[in-house]
Amino acid sequence: MRMLLGLIYPDSGSVYINGTEFGNHRRYLLASIGAIIERPDMYGYLSGWDNLKIFAALSGSKIPATRLHEVLELVGLKGREKDLVKAYSQGMKQRLGIAIALVHQPDLLILDEPTNGLDPQGIAEMRSLIVSLSKDHGKTILISSHLLVEIEHMATSMLIIHKGKKVVDGQVNQLLNPDESLIEVCINPDAAIGDKLTLTKWNKCLQTRETGMLTFKMNPANTPELTRWLVSQDIGVLEIKSKHSLEEYFLSLTNDTVTKN
Amino acid sequence: MIQLLRIELYKIFKRPRTYISFGIVTAITFVIQLAMLTDGKSFIGFAIQGIDEQFDIQGNMLNGYLVTYIILQSLLIHIPLLVALVAGDSLAGEANLGTLRLLLTKPITRPQLVMIKFTASFIYTVLLIIWLAVVALLFSVLLFGTGDLINLKSDAFIMILKDDVLWRYAAAFGFAILAMTTIASLALLLSAFADNSIGPIISTIGIVVVLTILSNLEIPLFHHIKPYLFTSHMIGWKGFFDDPVPYGAIGRSCMVLLAYTGAFLGTTIFYFNRKDIQS
Repeated sequence: MRMLLGLIYPDSGSVYINGTEFGNHRRYLLASIGAIIERPDMYGYLSGWDNLKIFAALSGSKIPATRLHEVLELVGLKGREKDLVKAYSQGMKQRLGIAIALVHQPDLLILDEPTNGLDPQGIAEMRSLIVSLSKDHGKTILISSHLLVEIEHMATSMLIIHKGKKVVDGQVNQLLNPDESLIEVCINPDAAIGDKLTLTKWNKCLQTRETGMLTFKMNPANTPELTRWLVSQDIGVLEIKSKHSLEEYFLSLTNDTVTKN
Repeated sequence: MIQLLRIELYKIFKRPRTYISFGIVTAITFVIQLAMLTDGKSFIGFAIQGIDEQFDIQGNMLNGYLVTYIILQSLLIHIPLLVALVAGDSLAGEANLGTLRLLLTKPITRPQLVMIKFTASFIYTVLLIIWLAVVALLFSVLLFGTGDLINLKSDAFIMILKDDVLWRYAAAFGFAILAMTTIASLALLLSAFADNSIGPIISTIGIVVVLTILSNLEIPLFHHIKPYLFTSHMIGWKGFFDDPVPYGAIGRSCMVLLAYTGAFLGTTIFYFNRKDIQS
C-alpha cells in the first residue's frame, strides 16, 4: 500500500493507477486519491475540524466549508468536530481519517487495515460506511486487511498475496465457489456411523471424519438434506456450522488447509 | 506554496511547546535586567577596574545598550537550543505523530515539504530573534535609559557613541538570524534522518557544543579547521561593536554560514526525497 502511494520506493517495476504511471505523475494521481495507511494519525493538539481543514487544504483543490460539514455528517462526527483529536476514541479517529480521505471527492480510496484497533461496534460501523461509500457514492475502494471475514463482507474483487507473491485475484463471488463451503457437523460420538456414508452421494463431499465430527465441502443449500439423511440413519446431530469460506479458501491456497483423512 | 506555509505556521503556533522558547528568552532577559537593576553599578565598577584609573569616565555607563550587549552575550549561546526545538521537530515530529505518511499521500512533493518546513523554521527563528530584540533592547532602554556603549574586550576598550549604537544592534540581530538559520537547517537535516524529535534536537545541540569547543580551543592542530567550522562564524555579530567594523570578516562569516545553510538544506532535500517512509 505504501508503495502504491509512493511512500516507499520499489526495488524494481512501476506502479500504474488507472493506466497512469505513478512515479512521473505522482501529484496528478494523488489529487484524485484518498488514503489511510495503517492508523489514521493526526495532530492531537488540534481539533477534528482543524485537522480536516489542514488536510483539505493540502489536497490540491479549494474546498468550501460546506464540503467539510458534509463529510463530517457522512462519517458521523457532526457535533464533535470542535473537540481536540487527542480526546477522540480510536473509532472516531478512524472516521475522521475517512473524512480526510474523502473530503476532496477522490475517485479512488485506498484504505490499509481500516478496521484495525476498532471494537466490534466500530468494526460494524466502519464496514457499513465503506459499503455505503462504494454502493451509494460510487467510490472505488482498495482495502488491505488481514481480517478475511471483513473482506468477505465488503469486497467485490480480491487479490491474495502470500509471502510477497500474488496467489490469486478475481471476483469474490466467483473465487468463493459456494459449492466449496466447508460445513462442520458435530454428531453424537457414540453414533454407529460405520460404512453408512460410503455408498451415498455425501461421501464425495466428505473432507474429514473424526470421532464426533464430520466435515463436508459442499453448497450450504444442501445442509438441510444432509441433516435429514443423518437423522434418518439414527445419527444424532448436535451442531452444524459453516466455516468462513474466505479464510478456508486462503488456507487452501497457502497449503495450510485441513487435509482429507 | 503560501497556503502550505500558512498551514505549517498555524501548526507550529498552535502548539504550546513553541511558546516555551519565547518564555525562556523573556525569563532570562528579565532576570539579567533585574540583576543589573539591583547590582549593576558594582558589576560595572568591577568590569572597568583599572580602566577608570587611566580614564575619566563620566555619564550613564549602566545604560540599556550595555545591558542589551550583556544579555546578547549570555543568551545567543543558548538560542540554538531553542531553534532546534522547532526545526528538529519539523520532519521527525511528523514521523513520530504518524502524520508524515498522511501528508505525503497528498499532492505535494517531498522537496516542497522540506522547503515549507525550512521556511517555517526560518520564520520562527526570525520571530524569536525579533522577540529577543524587543525584550532585550526595548525593555533595557526603558529600564536603564540610553547612553554611550562601552565594549570591553580582552585587549581593547571601545567606546561607541549612543547615536551610533542602534544600527549596530539592527545589524547584529540580522546576523544572529542568519546564524540561527544555519542551526535550523542543521536541525532540519538531522530531523529528516529520525522518526522522533528528541534525537535531532539533542544531536543538533551536541554538534554545536562540540564544534564551539573546537572553535575556541587554542590548540595549533585545530587552527586549520577553525575557519571552516560554522560555529567559528556564529559569533560574527560581535564585529558590529568593533571600531572600525571588520566588514570583510563579517562578510566572510556570512558567506560561510550561507554555504552551510545551503549545504544542509540541499542534503535534506536529497536524502528526504529518497527516503522510504516507514513511520
